[in-house]
Amino acid sequence: MHRLELEHISKQYPAVKANDRVSLRVKPGEIHAVLGENGAGKSTLMKIIYGAVRPDEGTMRWNGEPVQVANPAAARALGISMVYQHFSLFDTLTVAENVWLGLDRAWALADVTRRIGEVSATYGLEVEPARPVHSLSVGERQRVEIIRALLTDPQLLILDEPTSVLTPQAVDKLFATLRQLAERGCSILYISHKLDEIRALCHHCTVMRGGRVTGEVDPTQETNASLSRLMIGEEPPQLQHQPREAGSVVLAVSALDLPRQDPFGVDLHGLSLEVRAGEILGVAGISGNGQQELLAALSGEDLRAQPSAITLAGLPVGRDSPRRRRNAGLHFVPEERLGRGAVPTLTLAANTLLTRTETVNPQGWVRTAAVRGLAERIIQRFQVKAGGPQAPAKSLSGGNLQKFIVGREIDASPTCLVISQPTWGVDVGAAALIRRELLALRDAGCAILVVSEELDELFEISDRLVVIARGRLSPALPVAEATVERIGAWMSGLWTTEVAGDAHAAA
Amino acid sequence: MLRLEARPVPSQAMALASPIIALVLTAAVAALILVGIGKDPVSGLQIIFLEPLSNRRQISEVLLKATPLIVIAVGLAVCYRANVWNIGAEGQFLMGCVGGGGLALWLTTQGIVLPKLVGIPLVLVAGMLGGLLWAAVVALLRDRFNANEILVSLMLVYVAQQVVNALVFGPWKDPKGFNMPQTALFHASLHLPPLLERTRLHIGFVISLVLAVLAMLFLFRTFRGFQLQVGGLAPAAARYAGFSARGAVWTSLLLSGALAGMAGAMEVAGPIRQVTPYLSTGLGFTAIIVCFVGRLHPLGIVAGGVLLSVMLIGGELAQSRLGLPNAMASVLQGLLLLILLACDTFIDQRLRWSRSTGPAA
Repeated sequence: MHRLELEHISKQYPAVKANDRVSLRVKPGEIHAVLGENGAGKSTLMKIIYGAVRPDEGTMRWNGEPVQVANPAAARALGISMVYQHFSLFDTLTVAENVWLGLDRAWALADVTRRIGEVSATYGLEVEPARPVHSLSVGERQRVEIIRALLTDPQLLILDEPTSVLTPQAVDKLFATLRQLAERGCSILYISHKLDEIRALCHHCTVMRGGRVTGEVDPTQETNASLSRLMIGEEPPQLQHQPREAGSVVLAVSALDLPRQDPFGVDLHGLSLEVRAGEILGVAGISGNGQQELLAALSGEDLRAQPSAITLAGLPVGRDSPRRRRNAGLHFVPEERLGRGAVPTLTLAANTLLTRTETVNPQGWVRTAAVRGLAERIIQRFQVKAGGPQAPAKSLSGGNLQKFIVGREIDASPTCLVISQPTWGVDVGAAALIRRELLALRDAGCAILVVSEELDELFEISDRLVVIARGRLSPALPVAEATVERIGAWMSGLWTTEVAGDAHAAA
Repeated sequence: MLRLEARPVPSQAMALASPIIALVLTAAVAALILVGIGKDPVSGLQIIFLEPLSNRRQISEVLLKATPLIVIAVGLAVCYRANVWNIGAEGQFLMGCVGGGGLALWLTTQGIVLPKLVGIPLVLVAGMLGGLLWAAVVALLRDRFNANEILVSLMLVYVAQQVVNALVFGPWKDPKGFNMPQTALFHASLHLPPLLERTRLHIGFVISLVLAVLAMLFLFRTFRGFQLQVGGLAPAAARYAGFSARGAVWTSLLLSGALAGMAGAMEVAGPIRQVTPYLSTGLGFTAIIVCFVGRLHPLGIVAGGVLLSVMLIGGELAQSRLGLPNAMASVLQGLLLLILLACDTFIDQRLRWSRSTGPAA
């Protein structure tokens, strides 16, 4: 008998068929991967199982019995628990209080605290129940979410992209816990687009593309290439990363100190880095370790830095506005596409005006035909699928809008490009195009700084890597000398012991 | 069960139809109210919505009243598009009356007679300065102390009324006015030239149309106008682009203040021809409704200004002809805004029947 059986589940949204006759079978104690790109329909399917979304058609059987899950509370009553990609924890409450809030039944806080202790001991999920959540690392926060899910003794645990915020070491720890859970008979649905993880962890894999199931395989018998063929319908495109002699220093940050502006932000302590013409410097690290603060100081959205703490081609720009920095050749692509990189309700043409002002004449009049032409050129050059220059930014898919925004900045021929999460939430095709364009820009002599949480991506395109942790920056390491293990250890801030001996190399 | 569902793309048709639907619904609710207070709904609606457009004189009065509404609302549209909520146009309007009226009064009492082409523009500019300074207080408090501009601008309305009172009950009181709290009538050279023979309609109406066109150019053709709107639509995008948020606050408040002030100067140099304590009739508040009925678009505002003016005058007519309560005109205005905002929900969303939602476990 199967723990969970889905048959011909369909869900139609106004613009898209998110699930099209999807079937899925999960055995007791099985770690079952659901693999697919962003937008393949994985999240919708999980929400249907968890009762957060109602399917248009199809049946669901739980331990052999047909069920209709009306809402998440009903799902939890059945024994289904879910850990979302984005945590839902209150920063100001303690671990125990957060777990307590999420429970349906009336428990005493003391009982909850005791149960947390038991569960964390059983599964090696170390966490201190009395600590306030804001003092926890991201990995610890995820543990809190998992403990909360386990307190109800689930028979099925759903994890949505659980490793996107973890260091490689924390991922290993998570996998150990999940294997232990599975051995005790709990089924696990593991949603991911990371092929290596699925091959390492899962017993069975259902692959989705465009709302449909495109394959059911045993991931341990597959290669990355074969899985990716099922996921995107083609071989992953290969990037050409030619070694290249870097030129002179374009962007330099020296001893940048910045106190936090927001109470849950991060203080920056003595950050120093250099990016040379024709090289890509990758900044690795887990989100929330000072990336936002560093990027705001580099882009000019935060103007509190000492003028000389940030120099562009030798000139101090620490107090220059974003527009002056752009005029000096420094362009920036933020992580948030809608609302920061682009105004959702405005057309693509109008959105070029955010950073491209060559279409404004000296008297301040906008040359509308030129603006449309510029947008048209970016759409063509970067293969943006859009309804033309007059399409509102929010009508584009994430990948296409990202291509447009990255294209808008690359098309300006910057001497220095700072880019955050270049392919976050973007489909594989668009991601490959963006990475290829970044490499082409580097080969054209631009100095590029890439901040990313995807280590694979950084290893693929960077020439050198630095790691940011708790508001401090590690020394730079040529990619050839870096390993995932070493960078992973540095992501916890553990480079100081390693480089104490040769501190002069830290520049 | 009925439920709201986000549309994949906002409905262009609904954005245009929404004010018309709102107007029809407002008329329907007005008819119900008329029935409720025992009046004939057909003649009531006829008087409120059609009578003001029935002859040349009535139409000229409608356009006369629409003039300050349009001028104020055009300024407010710039503000609201920049996400700056200036609710105190009434106060800026009054300070425009003080600025423009003060200069006109001074010229009159000093016996200085300027050519019309010099005197009238000077009075209008003085009115603009009055409104601009009043709005500058709001901008300063918002910029320097992060004070809420909604509260500050609204409170300053009442201060402005007291300033007017202090002047007309005190130093500006007409010595030959039998101790009435009002200034002397301005010299004829300072009256706005009429647009139509034997009516009170003056060239201010033409100016309001020109201002609407200029505002359109500013909003949709200049980089400055673009920057202001980005600040309103997506503050983080404005910060990313490096558009100054402070600049947007100052520009939009000073602009709307100056326009409200100009509307005030047009009123005192137009139909009223003196400063009295009774200048505040709520035009600055009605202009907020005009602004939204006009979709924050200058051309829509011209239409909205005429519509609200019809409703104001129709309300007065209904008061004298049918003995309707004084509050009817305000009730209609409020209804229109409320229903319009409700209708606007359907621009981004639509109503859907969803089948059975019986609880299952």
